[in-house]
Amino acid sequence: MKDKETKAVIFQILIKIAPDVDPETLEMEDNIREVLGIDSFDFLQFIIGLDEEFGLKTPEEDYGKITTLKALITYIKAAKQRLIK
Amino acid sequence: MIEFNMPSLGADMEDGTLVEWRVKPGDRVKRGDIVADVDTQKGLIEIEVFDEGTIDQLLIKEGEKVPVGTAMAFIIPEGEPEMAKKESPAPKVKTEPKKKKKKKKKNEVKKKAIEPTAKEILTGSVDRKKISPLARKIAAEKSIDISSITGTGPRGSIVVRDVERAAEGKGKSRKKVKEDKKAQAQKGLRAAIASAMSKSNREIPHFYLEAKIDMSKAMAWLKKTNKKRDVKDRLLSVVLLIKAMAKAAEKVPQVNAYWEKGLHLKEAINIGFAVSLRQGGVVIPAIQDALQKSLPELMLLLTDLIPRAKGLKLRSSELSESTITLTNIGEGSVATVFGIIYPPQVAIVGFGTITEEAWAENGTISSRPVIHVTLAADHRAIDGYLGSRFLTAIKDHLQNPAAL
Repeated sequence: MKDKETKAVIFQILIKIAPDVDPETLEMEDNIREVLGIDSFDFLQFIIGLDEEFGLKTPEEDYGKITTLKALITYIKAAKQRLIK
Repeated sequence: MIEFNMPSLGADMEDGTLVEWRVKPGDRVKRGDIVADVDTQKGLIEIEVFDEGTIDQLLIKEGEKVPVGTAMAFIIPEGEPEMAKKESPAPKVKTEPKKKKKKKKKNEVKKKAIEPTAKEILTGSVDRKKISPLARKIAAEKSIDISSITGTGPRGSIVVRDVERAAEGKGKSRKKVKEDKKAQAQKGLRAAIASAMSKSNREIPHFYLEAKIDMSKAMAWLKKTNKKRDVKDRLLSVVLLIKAMAKAAEKVPQVNAYWEKGLHLKEAINIGFAVSLRQGGVVIPAIQDALQKSLPELMLLLTDLIPRAKGLKLRSSELSESTITLTNIGEGSVATVFGIIYPPQVAIVGFGTITEEAWAENGTISSRPVIHVTLAADHRAIDGYLGSRFLTAIKDHLQNPAAL
């Protein structure tokens, strides 16, 4: 999956959990939660969505590694690589 | 005969507009059934019934404004149908339209409010305009007014592409109606908050207490528990706060009460959970019987309640039955929040963000996750001593998370 596709799926999940946000305004280096006003409840729903869409199992201790779009796309790529191996 | 009245949906709401009846005369209802949708400042609210019986008469028409406390319907209670029917003043049963056989969903109601029916659309206009059968079918499905379409087919007849173009335009205008409605709801909600909070600040002599709580044990327990749980079943720290608060309210029942010409203790502990809306505004649905619920049950309940609160789609009981409120800043860098009491309640508890702080204990200083909890209480109803016991009880319960 290309980065662009991954990003599109991430945006879909964000819109699903917070219908009134516009993820298109996000820059790659922006803190997703701060810019979109995602609280801890919405963030948990976001993680559930990511796990379902990408077949991941994101542990709580990794939450700090996925604060920006750039970091999140890298994280998803690495996690999927691990799954393939 | 039981009179079913428009329920109060909180101190800040005086009336609502009946959008749709979900029942008709002759329908049997039981406690908790949703009988109507009412549009209020707090969104489209599903109105529940609290009696068992058969609907006799509907007294309010759809579209009418209904002040709180107004009789909306008559219900014949279970077990006395014959007698009740004789008492019934007018046999309105047969005059009621029989259009609603099935329960309709809320979004269908909204759609109905802004669109004319397919029948209205087709009347009159069909004969004058030439239209292909398929285009006619699509127009009916999409509720497009044929008379408003300019045909580009042979001899000016309307073809599929014309209908699709019209549908596109209609979609845009529908979006605008939706946005306008949202902006209007926003304004209404702001006015409701302004009115309730002004009343509270004017009438309630608030006093404030604050305690700092070491969250090391609670956070360590949560981490351990969540490690074993599937991502879907993970708990948020807020459920520990809700449960600790419910247990403390059980110990100090005076905080779980209403002030209405005197203190009235409430048996059920229904915690009003303040949910912030991203675009501004707060709604406070009730977590009913919080004391009886386990932590996973509370989490499940929040998963249902929070999105509905954010979408302004709550039930009447959820808006009217809170007995004490919890406001939770959650994230960010705010350490302490002091709330304003939601009348007629007598207390609001505020939890700040959990942050690392220097903690002195037994002569040593260490870094620990700490939460600041505050109580704003009504001094007509309770005093500092009880407030202090209540906050201490919250602290104690959070030191033993496994027992929550």
